[in-house]
This record gives sequence, C-alpha cells and structure tokens, in this order.
Amino acid sequence: MSGAHHSHDAAHHDAAHADHGSAKSYLVGFALSVLLTLASFGVVMSGMVPHELMMPGIVLFGVAQLVVQLVCFLHMGTSPSQRSNLAIMLFTLLILAIVVVGSLWVLHNMNVNMMHPTSQMVPVE
Amino acid sequence: MSSPAVSASHGALDDVLHGGGVDGHHHDGHHDDGSKTLLGFWIYLMSDCLIFSGLFATFAVLANATAGGPTGKELFELPYVLGETMLLLVSSVTFGMAMLNMHAGQKGKVLAWLAVTFVFGAGFIGMEVYEFAKLIHEGAGPDRSAFLSSYFTLVGTHGLHVTCGLIWLVVMMDMIRRYGLNDATRRRLSCLSLFWHFLDIVWICVFTFVYLRGAI
Amino acid sequence: MFGKLTLDAIPYHEPIVMVTLAAVLLGGLATLAALTKFRLWGYLWKEWFTSVDHKKIGIMYIIVALVMLLRGFADAIMMRLQQAMAAGESAGYLPPHHFDQVFTAHGVIMIFFVAMPFITGLMNLVVPLQIGARDVAYPFLNSLSFWLFVSGVVLVMMSLFIGDFAATGWLAYPPLSGLKYSPTVGVDYYIWSLQLSGLGTTLSGINFIVTIMKMRAPGMTMMKMPVFTWTALVTNILIVAAFPILTVTLALLTADRYLDTHFFTNELGGNAMMYVNMIWIWGHPEVYILILPCFGAYSEIVATFSKKPLFGYKSMVYATSCIGVLSFVVWLHHFFTMGSGASVNAFFGITTMIISVPTGAKLFNWLFTMYRGRVDFNVPMLWTVGFMVTFVIGGVTGVLMAVPGADFVLHNSVFLIAHFHNVIIGGVVFGVFAAINYWFPKAFGFRLNEFWGKASFWCWLVGFYLAFMPLYVLGLKGMTRRMNHYANPDWQPYLIVAALGAAVIALGIFCTLVQFYVSIRDRKKLTDPSGDPWGGRTLEWAISSPAPFYNFAIVPQIRELDQFWEDKQNGVAYVQPAKYEAIHMPRNTGVGVVMGAFGTVLGFALVWHIWWLAAVGLLGMIGAFIARAYDNDIDYWVPAEEVEKIERSRHAQLKQFQTTQVAPVAAPSRQKVA
Repeated sequence: MSGAHHSHDAAHHDAAHADHGSAKSYLVGFALSVLLTLASFGVVMSGMVPHELMMPGIVLFGVAQLVVQLVCFLHMGTSPSQRSNLAIMLFTLLILAIVVVGSLWVLHNMNVNMMHPTSQMVPVE
Repeated sequence: MSSPAVSASHGALDDVLHGGGVDGHHHDGHHDDGSKTLLGFWIYLMSDCLIFSGLFATFAVLANATAGGPTGKELFELPYVLGETMLLLVSSVTFGMAMLNMHAGQKGKVLAWLAVTFVFGAGFIGMEVYEFAKLIHEGAGPDRSAFLSSYFTLVGTHGLHVTCGLIWLVVMMDMIRRYGLNDATRRRLSCLSLFWHFLDIVWICVFTFVYLRGAI
Repeated sequence: MFGKLTLDAIPYHEPIVMVTLAAVLLGGLATLAALTKFRLWGYLWKEWFTSVDHKKIGIMYIIVALVMLLRGFADAIMMRLQQAMAAGESAGYLPPHHFDQVFTAHGVIMIFFVAMPFITGLMNLVVPLQIGARDVAYPFLNSLSFWLFVSGVVLVMMSLFIGDFAATGWLAYPPLSGLKYSPTVGVDYYIWSLQLSGLGTTLSGINFIVTIMKMRAPGMTMMKMPVFTWTALVTNILIVAAFPILTVTLALLTADRYLDTHFFTNELGGNAMMYVNMIWIWGHPEVYILILPCFGAYSEIVATFSKKPLFGYKSMVYATSCIGVLSFVVWLHHFFTMGSGASVNAFFGITTMIISVPTGAKLFNWLFTMYRGRVDFNVPMLWTVGFMVTFVIGGVTGVLMAVPGADFVLHNSVFLIAHFHNVIIGGVVFGVFAAINYWFPKAFGFRLNEFWGKASFWCWLVGFYLAFMPLYVLGLKGMTRRMNHYANPDWQPYLIVAALGAAVIALGIFCTLVQFYVSIRDRKKLTDPSGDPWGGRTLEWAISSPAPFYNFAIVPQIRELDQFWEDKQNGVAYVQPAKYEAIHMPRNTGVGVVMGAFGTVLGFALVWHIWWLAAVGLLGMIGAFIARAYDNDIDYWVPAEEVEKIERSRHAQLKQFQTTQVAPVAAPSRQKVA
C-alpha cells in the first residue's frame, strides 16, 4: 500500500462514469425492473392472460428483467474489460442449465419408468 | 495498483483480465490492485449461483410432491411477495447510489445510502421471517412435504444470503466510518455491491419460478 | 449440556479400535514430547502453521495426504484380509457394522483426504513457480483453505474413537444415510468433515483460477502456459463449478437429518434418486479434478526426460478443455441400472464413450513425445510409463461399462471396483508419486534416492496387478462389492491373491517411507546445487532449489513456450541482473489456524448436537474473519539489499557447480542416456 496509490485515485474518478454506470443507468434500470416486475405479477394476478400463456409470459418477463439488471446494475457488457466476466458467466449458465434441465430430464424419465401412475411424484415440465 | 490503466476502470465488474501477464502487475505480486479481488469475487458469485442452481433443480423436481399437503397455489399470497420484491429492488438501487457516491469520494453520502439500503434489506428479511412463521403456524412447515422442504430451503437460503449481506453492510459502514474511502474499503464495497445486486437477480428467479409458477 | 455425547460414545468393546486408539495416543504423545524437547513448537508455528507461502502450504498438504494415505491403506488391508478369510463357514474377523464403516472410511479418506490434498498440494507447490509469480492471488485464503481441510481430517480421525463413522458407502446414498436407517452420528461426521474440507477446496479453486488468469509473468499468453498449469486451470474451474453441487446435496441431506425435511426420505414426497442424481453431477467432474493435474505432471515429466518439447502441446490443451466440459454430461453412467429409460441411458452411454477420445489423444501425445527421444528411465519416468500401460487397461474397462447393457451385468460388481482402482491408482496415485519424485528437489533442495524410489514403483506396479486383476475376474463371475461374507468358496483363491497384492502394495508404501528417510539422511550427497537437476524446460527450474521465499528476484519475461529451455540453449539462463528491487510480500498470519480450529469445534458440536458449542464455533469463525478484515498490517517489503544477498550466494553456488561439471547445467541427467 504505497503512496503511489493516491495518484491513481484521480484516475479512477475521471474514467469512472464510462465503467460503473451513472445515476441515469441505475434509475433507468430501476424503472424497467419495476415495470417488468409488475408485468410478471400482472400476468398471473390480473386474470386477463389465458392460462397457457402464463408460464411463457412470466419466463419472458423474468429473463428480460435479468438482462436489465445485469446491464444496468452489474454493468455487464461486451467491452474488452468485461469479456472474461461475461465468458465466466456464460460458462456458469451452461453448467446451471445442465444441472437443472439434466436433473428434470433424468428424474422425469425415472418416474415414468419406475413409479406407480397414481403417485404424486411427477415433476413439473 | 501497478499501472493507471488497471486502476482507471474500477467499475462493479470491470478490469478483469487486463491481459493477465501482458502488463506489468508483477512488480508487486501481492499488491491487490482491486482487479484480482473483483475477479475472484465474481468467480465466487458464480459458484454461489451454482449452489442456487442445485436448489432450483431440487425445487423443480419436487414441486409437485405435496404429499397431500397444501400446494403453492393455496399458500402463496402474491401481493405480499410483490411487496418483498419491491423492497429488495429499491435496496438494489439505493446501493447503486452508494456506489456512485463512493466513486465521487463522498464518504458521508455513501454511509447514508448504505444505511437506507440496510433498512430496505432488513425490511425484506422481516417480511420473509413473518411469512415463514405464518406458514409454519398454519402447519405448512418444511416437515410437511417434499415440496415445502424444497420451498423453505430455496427461499431460506436466499434469505440467509441477504442476512449475511446485512451483516457485511454493517461491517462496511463501520470500516468506512473509521478508515474513510481508501483502496481497501472501496474494493470491499465493490464486492458487496456485486453480492447485493446478485441477490436481487436470484430473487427474480425465485419469484418467477417459485411464487408465480406456483400460483398458476 | 453435551447433546448426544456421553462416555458410551467411546467404543470400548471394539478391541481393534481400542488398540488403534492406544497406538495413536502413544504415537501422538511421543510426537508432542519430541516437539517440546527439541523446542520445535515456535519454529513450526512461525515458519509453517502460520505461513502463507504457497510452497510451504503445498508441502503441508502433501504431508497430511501421506499420513492419511497410511490410514486409508490400513482400511484397505483390513478389507482385503476380511474378504480373503470370510468364505463359506468362516465369518472372518470383522463384524458387518465395522466392515461397513471400514469401506466407507476407506473411500472417503482416499478421495477427499488423500487424492484431493495431493493434487491441491502439487498445484500449490508448482503453479506459481511455473507462471513466474511470487505467490497465489490470495495468500491468506490459501492458508485458510488448508486449515479448513485439516479440520475435516481431524473430524474424520475423531470419528474413529468417539462415536462411529458412516456405514453407508463413500457417497452416503439415502434413504440408508437418512436418520431412519442411520440413527448414529456416523453420517453426521461424514457430512461435516466433507462440508468443511469442501469449503476449503472451493476457496482454493477460486484462488488458483485468479492466480493463473491474473498473475502470469509478462509475455506468458494462455498458449505459452506450461501444460501442468493448463491442467491446473481446468481442474480449478471444475472445482468451482462442481463443488457447490456437492455442498447443496450434502446440505439437503443434513436438513433431512437435522430439520426433519423430506428431500430424500421414503415418505411425504421425498425422492432419494434426486440425491443420487445430484451427487454424481458433482462426482463425475470430481474424477477429472483428480486426474487432470496428474496428466499435466506426466506431460512435464515425459517432455523433460525425453529431452524433447511435448508432442502436440495445442492438442493437449484442447483435449484438457474438452474433458473439462464433457465431464459435466456423463454423470448418469454411475446409475444406468436405477430406472432410466433407453433414451437417457443411450445419451449418457454415448457421451461417456466420447469423453474417452481426448484422453486417448493425450496418450498418443505422450508416446510421440517419447518416440526417438533420448529417454531417461529414472523414477518419475518409470511411474509415467507404468501409468501409460495401467491407465489404458482401466480406460478400456471403463468404456466397456459405458455400454448400458454391459453395465447392467457389471454395475456394483467388483469389476467396477477393479476399474476405478485401475484408473485412480494407475492414474492419480502413480501421477502423484511421479510428481513428488520430480518436484521434490525444488521443494527441499535435494533429490530423492533412486534405488528406493524404483523399489517402491515396482512394488506398487506388481502389487496393483495382483490386487485388482482377480477382482475383474470375480466381477465377471458375479461377485458384488462391499461383501462382508460370501458363500461361494470358488471366489476365495482370487481374494487371497488380491490380499497378497495389497501386501505387496504395502511393501511399496514402506519403500516410499524408507526412500524419504534415506534421502534426508543422504541429503548432502543428493543435493541439487543448480536448481535444475533434470534438465527441465519450465520456469520453476530456473531458480534455486529450494526456491527462495519470494520465488523470483526478477520477474521473467516470456517469449517462448519453454522459455527456460530456450534461455539455456542461448546461454542466457543464468545471467545475473545488474540491480535488484525491493519485493512486496504478504505477512504470515495465524487467522487461518484459528478459523480451522473453530471450524473443527463447529463440526464436532454439530455432530453431537451440542448447540451452544456450535454457536461458539460459528461465531468464532466469523469473528476471526472480520477481525482479519480490520487488520491493515498484512504485507511488507523485502529490501533490495536482502534480495541481492540471497541471489548473490545463489549465483556463487551456481558458478562453483558449473566449474566442477564438464557439461552445462543440464548435463547430469544426460550422462545415462538410454
């Protein structure tokens, strides 16, 4: 922790806004998140959306909000400084998908093969 | 901080892999220029994300295993959940304001926004504890069915994370009060910021796949 | 006050356990007395326990792993003995509940407390040196990881004498491991020791990814990284991606046992197959976590002792990365027989066959590296060649079982036992011994004795084939695993041969211990004055042996894959710089030890339901961590003069060595060209 650091502090401040967002990006993110949250809850609570469209609806709005928060709050992007973070996240999403989809597929398949039809053990989707 | 190029970009998630060995970090190998910590913390968050993936997978598999007990449709009160969601969302933005003030070097405002964040976070936890207590009181506790076990564990793990975040917030506020906004406190606050936003993102998945899907 | 813990928890009625306890107590007291007599406590505490030096932490990992190897191997001998005896009328000497604990402890210890610390220790010792770094990214976290691992070890060892250990098999499948069928504390010991050491493993995984991504010497692009570092990178990515799943799985089992939930129970909707599914999502990557760094070590060794660049460096990197991703989509082959349909079994059967392809590619790379090389058959190389032959057999039997139809016959038979010991012993254990013999001089400054090293290798190789080839046959004859007793007398001759094989392996372990003793005794004769005893290619051989605590006085500049080799060829490997600079280093800290100690307390209290003590342990861990965050005095500068003094004596030693040698430094190993 040498004294050299303090000279960099000024550098932080100059380059700051490009990289860690501004009040505007947070407020835009907040507004979009509120809208998307209300939309998600609205799909289920309003009673105006047909039943078979509910699941696609909430998934769509949920994913949209994930993207909004990643961009506006976590400042994810494809800039060179962000690329490896993005790559790490995409790899994580791949493993996440393998875990969730794989488990559902494997367990569903076993239930179909092994469980008595009246059992309540049928997993979703 | 060996080179200004590294320290200049100091955003929530930036400055990862500034060419690894290409630039000259090595002049002081141990000196944490912040980028190492943030990369490490991001990787930790991803591993935490996989903990949640395991819990979501378990919940998805057991969601219909209600064993004759109450279903999500009977139990979940969506307006209440909407309230929790809004508290957490607002706390995410107030943390953002604290971060902006950190970059502007405004110690007092950082502390004030962190305090506001704490209040909203604590409000969220309070609502969740009340919800859990009510469910257990109604006989819909985690021991009732596999569905409720997985519900309590998934939502409770998220709540536990938020609680850890609250403890960390208190520690950070004390550190900033004592030491001001130096490299160490900035670096740690940046990590906490990542953690806090990450928890909001996990909550999006929780209200979508647990509460809303359950209520369909 | 003491939860479930009473004096009855000590198994007085088990003579085997009590004799072991007496031996451990006596041995422990003797060690403590010796340490006190020679006034070593201060030295150990200051130089080792509180050290954040990656080399010392690596050495400590390997020492603990060697000790645990003895414990795990004692379990193996007991099982082999029991199975050699317990045919027909004879019941053998181990009662079933004890036998069940023995095979569980054997598996758990060998994987989590022997193989894992061996590879973590090797990565600690070697990776920073290979990439020209002065330490890992987070030195304190590294110390904490080690001490969390130690607290896991302590819990497992305690389970031998206080209470019991799980009797469920090494993965503790429910419902057997649930409270209903395992009401004692055995499974709780299992859970908490794995959770503590698993936390340590995850932390060191993050640590090494950041170290490798951010701390490479200038000019070392990804494709100029040594192969061992590449395999370490992929292994640590697998650790960070897979261990969280283990954490969740065990946590859910814990909830079933402590909080009355119903994830894996038979009633109220629980689904035990979800546990099997999840634990293998972690379990299969775990296999590659263990083997990949060993592949890396073999690659370094083959190139060094064939005196050629590694054949197919790029294909090695791509193969390693492919294995990394594919290892996440093969898990179901561990439970083909448990009810999945044709489509699921076919998918996982095919992916399993595909994953053997990159491994095969690696084997050809090693063969082509040796081809027309001037191969030195010394100890590390012997282990490597032994591996190449043995591992292929294990791999082929694995592909055989990847066919779901064949697996229906072989599942849970001793054929499977033979298969995975074939790849773990032939791959991981041989690799670890090769690596220990190869990198030992870098850690301690002298080579290991060749004769006893060779004796150990031949005992292990012969012993392995004697012990496990009969199990392949028995598996095909229908013998299932984990049998305390069997009625068919035809099996007994095979099991007696297998027990003899275990005895020969025991001889191999004994030879290794003698090798250490003889080498330490003859360390003057075996000294490595050049720092490059084998004619190495990578950066770690450019510095003195043992490596100075700051590793590199001047951070090297990288232009080539085998930079040190190139420098030697161009005669610029040992140029003394005109001027040294002060070096920034982390300070030692006891916080890791303290947190590990509180972790042990926490684990022990949770096992025995002593809630107040658990609170003490948890608060102690958190408090120590927060206190550490308030400590601003965590680093210091080594003055340039001190660096210069150390480096000057190093160069003086080098000059003296070079004048006494006919050929340049790489020569010693060239004298006995095959």
